[in-house]
Amino acid sequence: MDLKTLWFILITVLFTGFFFLEGFDYGVGMLLPFLGKRDEERRAILNTIGPFWDGNEVWMITAGGALFASFPQWYATLFSGFYIPLVLMLLALIFRGVGFEFRSQKEDSGWRGTWDWLIWLGSLLPALLWGVAIANIVRGVPIDANMHYTGGFFNLLNPYALLGGITFVVLFLMHGATYLALKLTNGLEKQAARIANRMWVATLVVAVLFLLYSYPEVLSKAQYLGISLVFLGIAVVALLVDGYFLKKGEMLKAFWAGGVTILGVTAGFFAALYPNVMPSSTNPAYNLTIYNASASPTTLKVMTVVALVLVPIVLVYQGWTYYTFRQRISVKDKMTY
Amino acid sequence: MDPLVLARWQFAILTIIHFFFVPLTLGISIFLAILETAYVRTGKTVYRDAVKFWGKVFLINFALGVVSGIVQEFQFGLNWSEYARFMGDIFGAPLAVEALLAFYLESTFIGVWIFGWDKVSPKVHATVLWLTAIGSNLSAIWILIANSFMQHPTGYTMKPDNTGVLMVNFGQVATNPNVLYQFPHVFFAGMSTAAFVVIGLSAYLYLKKRGDKAMLDMSVRWATIYGLIGVILVMTVGHFQGQFLVKEQPSKMAAAEALWHSEQPAHFSFFAIPDEKAQTNHLDIRIPAFLSYLSYGDFHSKVEGIDEVQKKMEAKYGPGDYIPPVGVTYWSFRLMVYSGGLMLLLLLYLWYLNSKGISLAEKPWFAKVMVWSILLPYLASTTGWMMAEIGRQPWVVYGLLRTKDGVSPASVVSGGEVLFSLLSLGVVYIVLTYVGVKLVVKHLHAAPAQTPAAAD
Ligand code: HDD
Ligand code: HEM
Ligand code: HEM
Repeated sequence: MDLKTLWFILITVLFTGFFFLEGFDYGVGMLLPFLGKRDEERRAILNTIGPFWDGNEVWMITAGGALFASFPQWYATLFSGFYIPLVLMLLALIFRGVGFEFRSQKEDSGWRGTWDWLIWLGSLLPALLWGVAIANIVRGVPIDANMHYTGGFFNLLNPYALLGGITFVVLFLMHGATYLALKLTNGLEKQAARIANRMWVATLVVAVLFLLYSYPEVLSKAQYLGISLVFLGIAVVALLVDGYFLKKGEMLKAFWAGGVTILGVTAGFFAALYPNVMPSSTNPAYNLTIYNASASPTTLKVMTVVALVLVPIVLVYQGWTYYTFRQRISVKDKMTY
Repeated sequence: MDPLVLARWQFAILTIIHFFFVPLTLGISIFLAILETAYVRTGKTVYRDAVKFWGKVFLINFALGVVSGIVQEFQFGLNWSEYARFMGDIFGAPLAVEALLAFYLESTFIGVWIFGWDKVSPKVHATVLWLTAIGSNLSAIWILIANSFMQHPTGYTMKPDNTGVLMVNFGQVATNPNVLYQFPHVFFAGMSTAAFVVIGLSAYLYLKKRGDKAMLDMSVRWATIYGLIGVILVMTVGHFQGQFLVKEQPSKMAAAEALWHSEQPAHFSFFAIPDEKAQTNHLDIRIPAFLSYLSYGDFHSKVEGIDEVQKKMEAKYGPGDYIPPVGVTYWSFRLMVYSGGLMLLLLLYLWYLNSKGISLAEKPWFAKVMVWSILLPYLASTTGWMMAEIGRQPWVVYGLLRTKDGVSPASVVSGGEVLFSLLSLGVVYIVLTYVGVKLVVKHLHAAPAQTPAAAD
């Protein structure tokens, strides 16, 4: 396998890791003001992700950095082109990150309520916008011969991309509710499980619509349709399995099935993209591909060694932290702020 | 609205605010790790209390450092897409290594540190803080490697069509001579910043008669030593860094000294008002031959002035203006160096008091001075970066790419869009910085009042 393909796969892995981990983080954030009625409940909900969210967010930062290192043209075209959505996402992430740290610094209920809603918004917007962005990338956007995006802001808000955004939101809501059902007690876990079941139905409906819509928009043009369909098939089966375990109340299994769904969807759409990285809807000759967007072989070689050494180590110590904080969080716990 | 001007303001403002939080994180994470190790070794609760008390300040600051950092990661794409295309082959790699090696480490283990006080053993808890501190400082190394390439490109070749750089030798990129000065300079700046924050906030508590006096006395004593090491070394490294720049970036140093014409021997300007139109200085107070000494270690060498540098660069790169804004560069350099000098004097006096067994609490006037002195390291760091970055103009990558050629094309990113992001992000940063400072003050006021018996 050539290095460019390897790096396309590694970028897919980083985005998959990001959506798998931040997926439930964002879901928890979106559920916070609804599931948590009293302050202790909200604190308990936040503490389920308290030790992890920053480490999870670094998956996004790494995906961004790795994109810059391995496909600089992709990085440049994407982030200058999707300008306004990216700025909105950054603003959302700022409020979210600060919210986790600042909300408990004052007793005042107005203060805490404000931050809770900012955390909610800060979780909703990135979920939605990443969905919109990925859908636009695979569908193709106007790009000229100089690799410059020429579409403007409203071009990004087409129905297909918006449906992609909604798919991410409901999928992450389901994933987050399942996670909360695993981590909470005092009856909250039962409420979370009920929400997870309802979100599963919503996810199923939206995902089926999105997949159908994807056929004319994306899949029919894919060069490696077979591989893409294998992953999407895995996603569909995993979603059905997820529903089965959610019904039976086996939340841990449901959580993993939800994770496999996210993995399948992400990998399926990236596979549909390959070997393009940003197809041009203006003229296929202007497509950004793994060949014309990538860094030099020297840089790719260096980065391969670095990534293959470091990613496993990161997985080990992040795994250790999940193990250390494996207990359920009770509203009666002595809360750490 | 010129997107270039807005993009430059945006980068400068957001990066400077990001760097308000960085030096404190770098310095105080290590300071706290030392204190927590002392707690594990001796079992004395005063150390643990100090870690918990200053830990809160650390965390408020850390949160702001993280969220402003996320924006940094994407800024090169947003407003500087042509820079990203030109530099991608070299610049992305250190950024990605930084994330893989450093950000995962600090962000994962700080979570364990915050939530793990009664989940892991004290030894593991202290280790976790060390890992966070190491992660933060590793991140500084890698981002400075990236920045050093912009100051002093190494380990590269140009693409055949000249549209960008290609990596030739990653080892040379990572061991750029510039970073061998820059990282220690930033590291010791971080130590100094942490010391001034701990001492200044302690002084505030003494004045308000709040807080656990034994803990504060201990913190001030340790911070004084920590800060002295930091300040002395930041000045020492800075001196050699200046000498390096005289050779490698003569345009920056000539501007930083407001040396309009070559001189032999060269005099050091202590205070001047540079006049860029007339190319001369008003009210120039100078120390004879001292610039020759600072630049080359003797009192007779010639130092190149702005006129000569400009001529040489025109010969090399073609017609153009190769001189950065002289007034700003000159004064940012002075302000950094003078702040450093003042910081040294303050710490020496505090050290003298400590050695006599006199607490800062007994010298209210000096305590007040130390509260206000918290601003000094921030002033020095900000002006240090202004000198480094503004002094590099008109280049964004020295000798290779001009700033105006790095910006995203106006057909992709309009002036209105940049204005939108500049205003929204700028306002949010400023509001959050304000809220952060308020929270630190609130934390100080929540410290228990001293009883008269405990106060003496
Ligand atoms: C010399 C040090 C230094 C410099 C010049 C910069 N940073 Fe920074 N950055 C840090 C030192 C640091 C740090 C100490 O590691 C921070 C600050 C507080 C913190 O939490 O980590 C951080 C946080 C931080 C984060 C969040 C990491 C996380 O989630 O844990 C990102 C993505 C960046 N930075 C990226 C950048 C970029 C792209 C920069 C270039 C313009 C930059 N930083 C300049
Ligand atoms: C490794 C880290 C850094 C990189 C890669 C970097 C890169 C850049 C870039 C691309 C520009 C745009 C060119 C321009 O506006 O002139 C710039 C300008 C600037 N940067 Fe940096 N920078 C870094 C660190 C910093 C830090 C930490 C600070 C200060 C806190 C800083 C301060 C500035 C300032 C003040 C300008 C504006 C110069 C001007 O507009 O004339 N930089 N830098
Ligand atoms: C006598 C004292 C000092 C000297 C001679 C000195 C020298 C220098 C020089 C020459 C630069 C420019 C490097 C470049 O353009 O690449 C610089 C940058 C800088 N200085 Fe200082 N400095 C001194 C004190 C301080 C102090 C006290 C602080 C902060 C506490 C500080 C923080 C910085 C920072 C953050 C930078 C930008 C990063 C870098 O380029 O290294 N400096 N200093």
